[in-house]
Amino acid sequence: MRRRSSALGAMTAIAALVLTACGGGGGGGGAASTALEGTGPITLVQGKDTSGFVQQILDEWNASHPDQTVTLIELPESADAQRQQMIQNAQAQSDAYDVLVVDNVWTSEFAANRYIVELPEDQFPVADMLPPVIDSARYLGKLYAVPNSSDGGMLYYRTDLLEGAGITEPPATWAELTEDCAAVAATPAGAGVSCYAGQFEKYEGLTVNFAEAVNSAGGVITDDSGTPNVNTPEARAGLDFLVNGFQTGAIPAEAITYKEEEGRRAFMEGRLLFHRQWPYQYNLANATDGSSQVAGLFAAAPLPGLDGPGVSSLGGHALGISTYSKSKGTALEFIKFYTTKENSQRYLELGSNAPIYTSIYDDPSLQAEFPYLPVLKDSILNAVPRPKVVRYGDATLAIQDAAYGALTGEMTSEEALTQLQTQLEALSNP
Amino acid sequence: MTTVQAPAQSKPPPVLNKAVDNRQQGRLARLLLSPTMLVLLIVIGYPILAGTYQSLFSQNQGVDESGFVVQGDQFVGLDNYTAIFSGESGARFWNAFYNTTYFTVVTVTLELILGVAMALIMNRAFRSKGLIRASILIPWAIPTVVSALLWRWIFDANGIANDLLGTQVLWSTDGPQAQWAVIIADVWKTSPFIGLLVLAGLQVIPSEVYEAARVDGANALRQFWSITLPLVKPALLVAVLFRILDGLRMFDLPFVLVGQGKPSVETVSILAFLENSNVRYGPAAAYAVILFIYIVIVAYAFVRLLGADVMGDAKQKMSRPAGRRRLRTVAKGDMP
Repeated sequence: MRRRSSALGAMTAIAALVLTACGGGGGGGGAASTALEGTGPITLVQGKDTSGFVQQILDEWNASHPDQTVTLIELPESADAQRQQMIQNAQAQSDAYDVLVVDNVWTSEFAANRYIVELPEDQFPVADMLPPVIDSARYLGKLYAVPNSSDGGMLYYRTDLLEGAGITEPPATWAELTEDCAAVAATPAGAGVSCYAGQFEKYEGLTVNFAEAVNSAGGVITDDSGTPNVNTPEARAGLDFLVNGFQTGAIPAEAITYKEEEGRRAFMEGRLLFHRQWPYQYNLANATDGSSQVAGLFAAAPLPGLDGPGVSSLGGHALGISTYSKSKGTALEFIKFYTTKENSQRYLELGSNAPIYTSIYDDPSLQAEFPYLPVLKDSILNAVPRPKVVRYGDATLAIQDAAYGALTGEMTSEEALTQLQTQLEALSNP
Repeated sequence: MTTVQAPAQSKPPPVLNKAVDNRQQGRLARLLLSPTMLVLLIVIGYPILAGTYQSLFSQNQGVDESGFVVQGDQFVGLDNYTAIFSGESGARFWNAFYNTTYFTVVTVTLELILGVAMALIMNRAFRSKGLIRASILIPWAIPTVVSALLWRWIFDANGIANDLLGTQVLWSTDGPQAQWAVIIADVWKTSPFIGLLVLAGLQVIPSEVYEAARVDGANALRQFWSITLPLVKPALLVAVLFRILDGLRMFDLPFVLVGQGKPSVETVSILAFLENSNVRYGPAAAYAVILFIYIVIVAYAFVRLLGADVMGDAKQKMSRPAGRRRLRTVAKGDMP
């Protein structure tokens, strides 16, 4: 009896092994065509639609293109999870996703791995788009995605608290910021209000804040050719601004757990004087339905830097076409429809998404309606993208490790930057 | 003719032997079970073998001259495994290994104590017993990811936990407080599981045993130690074994509650997941295989050393009282 069952077990194991050998292995992708042909229904894949207006845009397209309908597929809110799902879809060479809304930092990675196809730059009004924004959608000089919204960091500040301390202008340098905080803390209304916060939890937002601090002090993480050069005195000065902020208490201790939403809550409850945040907070903090304690009491300014105005990190999303899509022709037409100037203006009104067209920022009527537009335009024009490397997933983890270690005091800023430089060099030369 | 014809002598008379009967029943049983075994083989066996096979390959991460990543897998043999144990990833792996073991030991101990306590309470006959029993299972019924999100809100810097304790502990930052956040959430979630399994074991104990003990003058503690625990031991060991296996592959609680990249709560499953999300399937499979081997060793040791009764052989074993060997005077299968 035992002999027979062990023989049976051995046979099934061998059969399974054979199955595995047939099924696994290889994986070199079947060459999918990169020609932009094919029509039919397509899917638009993006992270959670927090403002809720995308479906009505799609309904307009679907009404005029009944045989090429677009379906919205919503991915998780977290950027890391979105990237993972898009990569899995590409690895499985599935045609389930057609138009991908990619974060602009993934363009290099997706283009190099052939997850998205090259797009014809001459068919898009590239000249009217903000130069840094369209540049972030290129890889090796070729266009791989068309931006649909941008994002730049701004310094939100409490106008009432500054006026109470006799200050009329927002700070332009870090030294001024510290002085302003000290002045406000001396006033009765400013006691108990923390000085500054950004996004310091160990996630992509930390990479953004770290990059902004380093760039605002005159340093770089990687230079134009992609070579890492972060172990410099300028970069150390930038990192030290954040480290000293934590040590002196100017940045509250709990800010180490802040992502965007926690910081927004703190600002809207009146617990922060200065807050580095994306434009989406503007409308929410001005809400008059009682959810915000600071409605009408704040404004936005460009980020301060070490010796002068600071540099924001370039956020934003772009639309790319999946290599394995079967209806690339429809996808291309849809992208043209989605990224027109009229629609870009609507996204600004409906969801306070930063538009990509220079002419929208210069429109006086829109400037009156959205007072932060000039600040935002400056922020984006001077913005520096995060490192454009092919292995972005590993690079951002290395940056987060170094920055988080320095901010929590586990290592000095020197050790952190040395470690980061070594790791980034190892990633560029596998 | 009234003589009875002798039956044809071509085949021997049927053997009225239990052994043959058993063999025929065994064959029928195997036949009826084979669809299930086939499904189990596909769902369990194939992924294990495919994962092991995948761990022998590596994805080339280099970029060619035109700027595109080189596609395809390469056979690297055991290089993925040696890479895991050496250098910086070696330090990270051993840290994760220690975290995994630490979480398992602490959570299972706490759950054991709490679960047995819950079971003893639930075993008493009182009003709304059914409601209590149903509601005590709610934490177990909630998906782990959802409860991780709930606990993340509780352990927020401005959350309820800090309010009640009157402190301002930053629970989700790297350090022992993150470990305790994970442990508390896990114990809350799975003590009911142990509680319910132990309750099932408790209900089999006849009440006459307790009455006899009370007559003999044993107090509650003595009853618990000498009667309840030994009699509930089979169910208890099974529950603990399941919890150990679950604890060793813990992923969602530390990942969602605390976040990725925090060395104090990183487990081996998280390492596998991170490699996977960076499209390095070979090393990811290698981590998974190592975790699998670890779990197999632990489970085997548990079953062998402590005698966890996972196969239901206890009845046959318990019929022979320990320490006394009786000479077998009747054949197996006959009436006792």
